[in-house]
Amino acid sequence: MSAPQKHDRATIERHGLNDEEYQRIVKSLGREPSLTELGIFSVMWSEHCSYKSSRVHLRNLPTTGPRVLQGPGENAGAVDIGDGLAAVFKIESHNHPSFIEPYQGAATGVGGIIRDIFTMGARPIALMNSLRFGELDDPRVRRNMEGVVAGIAGYGNSIGIPTVGGEIAFEECYTGNPLVNVFCLGIAKADEIIKGVAKGTGNPVYYVGSKTGRDGIHGATMASAEFDENSAEKRPAVQVGDPFMEKLLLEACLEVMKTDALIGIQDMGAAGLTCSTCEMGSRGGAGIDIDVAHVPQRETGMTAYEIMLSESQERMLLVVKRGREREVEEIFEKWDLHAAHIGEVTDDGLMRVRDRGTVVAEIPTGALTDDAPVYTRPMSTPPYLSDVQALSLPEKPASADVDALRALLASPAIASKHWVYRQYDHMVRTNTLVLPGMGAGVVRVKGTNRALALSVDGNGRYSYLDPYRGAILAVVEAARNVACAGAEPIGATNCLNFGNPERPEIMWQFGKAVEGITAACQALDIPITGGNVSLYNETDGKAIYPTPVLGVVGLIEDASKVLGRCFKSSGDAIVLLGETRHELGGSEYLKVTQRLTAGMPPDVDLKAERALQQLLVASAREELLLSAHDCAEGGLAVTLSECAFGTGGVGLRVDVPAVDAPAAWASVAALFSETASRVVVSVPREKLGALLDRARALGVPAREIGATGTGRISVSINGQGVIDIGVHEAEAIWDGALEEYFKQRAA
Amino acid sequence: MRFAVIVFPGSNCDHDAHHAAKEVLGQEAEFVWHKETDLRGADAVILPGGFSHGDYLRTGAIARFSPVMDAVKKFAAAGGPVLGICNGFQILLEAGLLPGAMLRNRGLKFRCEHVHVRVEQTDTPFTLACRQHQVLRMPIAHGEGNYFTTPDELRKLEQNRQIVFRYADAQGEVSDEANPNGSIQSIAGICSEQRNVVGLMPHPERACELSLGSADGLVMFESVVKAHAAGLFAVAASVAKAGALTAAGSASS
Repeated sequence: MSAPQKHDRATIERHGLNDEEYQRIVKSLGREPSLTELGIFSVMWSEHCSYKSSRVHLRNLPTTGPRVLQGPGENAGAVDIGDGLAAVFKIESHNHPSFIEPYQGAATGVGGIIRDIFTMGARPIALMNSLRFGELDDPRVRRNMEGVVAGIAGYGNSIGIPTVGGEIAFEECYTGNPLVNVFCLGIAKADEIIKGVAKGTGNPVYYVGSKTGRDGIHGATMASAEFDENSAEKRPAVQVGDPFMEKLLLEACLEVMKTDALIGIQDMGAAGLTCSTCEMGSRGGAGIDIDVAHVPQRETGMTAYEIMLSESQERMLLVVKRGREREVEEIFEKWDLHAAHIGEVTDDGLMRVRDRGTVVAEIPTGALTDDAPVYTRPMSTPPYLSDVQALSLPEKPASADVDALRALLASPAIASKHWVYRQYDHMVRTNTLVLPGMGAGVVRVKGTNRALALSVDGNGRYSYLDPYRGAILAVVEAARNVACAGAEPIGATNCLNFGNPERPEIMWQFGKAVEGITAACQALDIPITGGNVSLYNETDGKAIYPTPVLGVVGLIEDASKVLGRCFKSSGDAIVLLGETRHELGGSEYLKVTQRLTAGMPPDVDLKAERALQQLLVASAREELLLSAHDCAEGGLAVTLSECAFGTGGVGLRVDVPAVDAPAAWASVAALFSETASRVVVSVPREKLGALLDRARALGVPAREIGATGTGRISVSINGQGVIDIGVHEAEAIWDGALEEYFKQRAA
Repeated sequence: MRFAVIVFPGSNCDHDAHHAAKEVLGQEAEFVWHKETDLRGADAVILPGGFSHGDYLRTGAIARFSPVMDAVKKFAAAGGPVLGICNGFQILLEAGLLPGAMLRNRGLKFRCEHVHVRVEQTDTPFTLACRQHQVLRMPIAHGEGNYFTTPDELRKLEQNRQIVFRYADAQGEVSDEANPNGSIQSIAGICSEQRNVVGLMPHPERACELSLGSADGLVMFESVVKAHAAGLFAVAASVAKAGALTAAGSASS
């Protein structure tokens, strides 16, 4: 063992560790760490890898259920979808890198989540993303967004995995701290899921993929700190993606997995070789002995410290059965990849790192993972809350209802995102049944009759106003979107984006959000099978809105019964499921027309929500519905309009229920309230009775509000006309609004 | 009949072409790894879409050196039907099997969406079941699909009736608005002088089932099946060595 040494305070601080944590390291080693060991501890105990602030809260999430094949703790979660198959999925953030270097930050985020999925033995078949940017009036924001979108496209398109949907929202708080949350879904045989485990003393450890360079050293540590004006200097800590290399790795690894020569495999993501080595050892209760001299290197003169901490992309670590080496090497050679034998599995439970034979680090694997510090950080109610939760509406609305609708349709949060998803290949692999922007993303599962519906959702504004309700709303909206496609929600993954956890008010937001997710997932019976926490999303001491994002996967037994949001033809009945209340708090309406972010977000009756989703799934199965679209940002008026868009001009005439609200605000409340648990469905006339009967049986309020097919969007309240606009005019506003921002820039 | 789907390491529409030929059309289809040198009895060859070698250089620029391309060239020279889709079209250009070159889309962005193309020629193996000026709705998905060639070459293409597809609107009207990438004369696809090699940027294999939004691409596959049945564009036995393709070396999964 070479060079254990006493480290000065500056060195320890530079590694993002405090005194207490340093003493913990000394205690677990029984001596001072070497510099390489200090580096290894620093990345493994970073917030990003250790979840040290969030772990006590995450323990409460519901993670089990009859369909769960793999819960949190592996590279991704997995649920049983029948026919002997599993859906393997996870969402992950790449926020910090995407601010510093938008294209590569976003691209490598996509690369990372894809590796997490195929590492489990699953073929990735769909990508989604949830993005948050500042307001588009700001040219820096447009530049950032263009880079992020191009990065997602560049990586996903090249590797050939369709990006089938997602969501984007814009708030000033994300200007210096955009959020890039990427979701990936794969399909594996349920009994062939592969784990990131090292066992079997003497089994060889292989490294395969890109060579290791100095890029991304301390990326995980960077993702565990706030930003300031010097953040651009951190650019070298962002990695560069090579989707072609990842494509080779993907195909070669899936081919290796079909042999039974593989014991375990893990990608080198955050904290690179360090994390993959000690996590695989720790999971298998084994030790790993590697020599960095055998690691393929892109640069000369790299130290063991640099090699262990590099976050160069597109690298995998494999443990292979002894005696089967040649078989595995040959598969990699077919794909022009070189698999380097860098060490062996041992029985001493130690992660031993050598440099040309000399031991430079020797750490019990458990010390890095299971024994990482866990903090119960103090929490306190943020002082801003009481101010923003109180909503005092002006005497009367600022604009007429039809003008408000126009403004909302042009709001970037609501406007069509086709300028974005047109840049993503969303059809490759020929499984995409519902194209982006038409509802939940839906992909069929070839070889079966089944399809999977996917939705990612989260509303930072709601969570800012009330993190508990905001988190509930994120869960129920994602699940409802999936149910609108006719799918039964069967699993979820979460990405929790928050500020600095060392601040009690941020930790309070985090705790409340996890409570909300827990309550909603329990009520809807949807297990969380994994996810990601991104903390320290702050720039110059200003935190983002607390932003829990939920990705929900739903199962459709018969892919021919998938529903989208669009009306189909003239003369069908339009039914509103659920009831509208006077709930404008946190609404897009208030933001757009009153420049106001205030009030309590909508209340959710989880029982009613569950009944609604059951009704949707059952009605889709019985083919009672032609389309289904949930009410979210912008309320009922926006939802109705969106049902008419993309239909070639099928319009609607409806009379919507009045709402109990002050007279001047009555129509606004009826049209733009964002009350949860509401869905607009279109129904063939002859099936209307059956639908209403079913709704009654499940206790879901259902009311026929009108019919499709006039070429206009005509809405009245109690017979009094409030909105009348041509479908084509409204659609042109909605369709072109986002692109307009980017045209301006070019001009 | 038997389709060979060539698999370059970065091909990503190989499975889609295979699925269309085998599952939708019910024909035989086999993957052929790019390092192989024998097409082993294929009746038609498909160069699928994707990013053959990452395409960090020009699209398709490295793929033309793959060992399998010699066999593809011989197959083409012997009159066999070859279809290059998207990246496959780009590879055919780089390999000199079709004339012209690709520029980046005029909007400089990748575009994925359904477009319409008008069938200009119906005497190729992949369009003979089409009506003249039939409009097909198929997806595009490319960043470099802006077809370009010299005025001389363009004249030759016109004279020889080698322009097989043009971007158009749903009514079949060719216009600048209907041209998604800036291709010269709205060219979406062309054929060789012998007419047996066809390349196009849109993806017919993604438009073979109504559940995916369009089944208009199916007619292209039906065309070649029909051609085969009629003994058109058949390859001399010396080139197409009989014998079943084996799974070895394929990228099937």
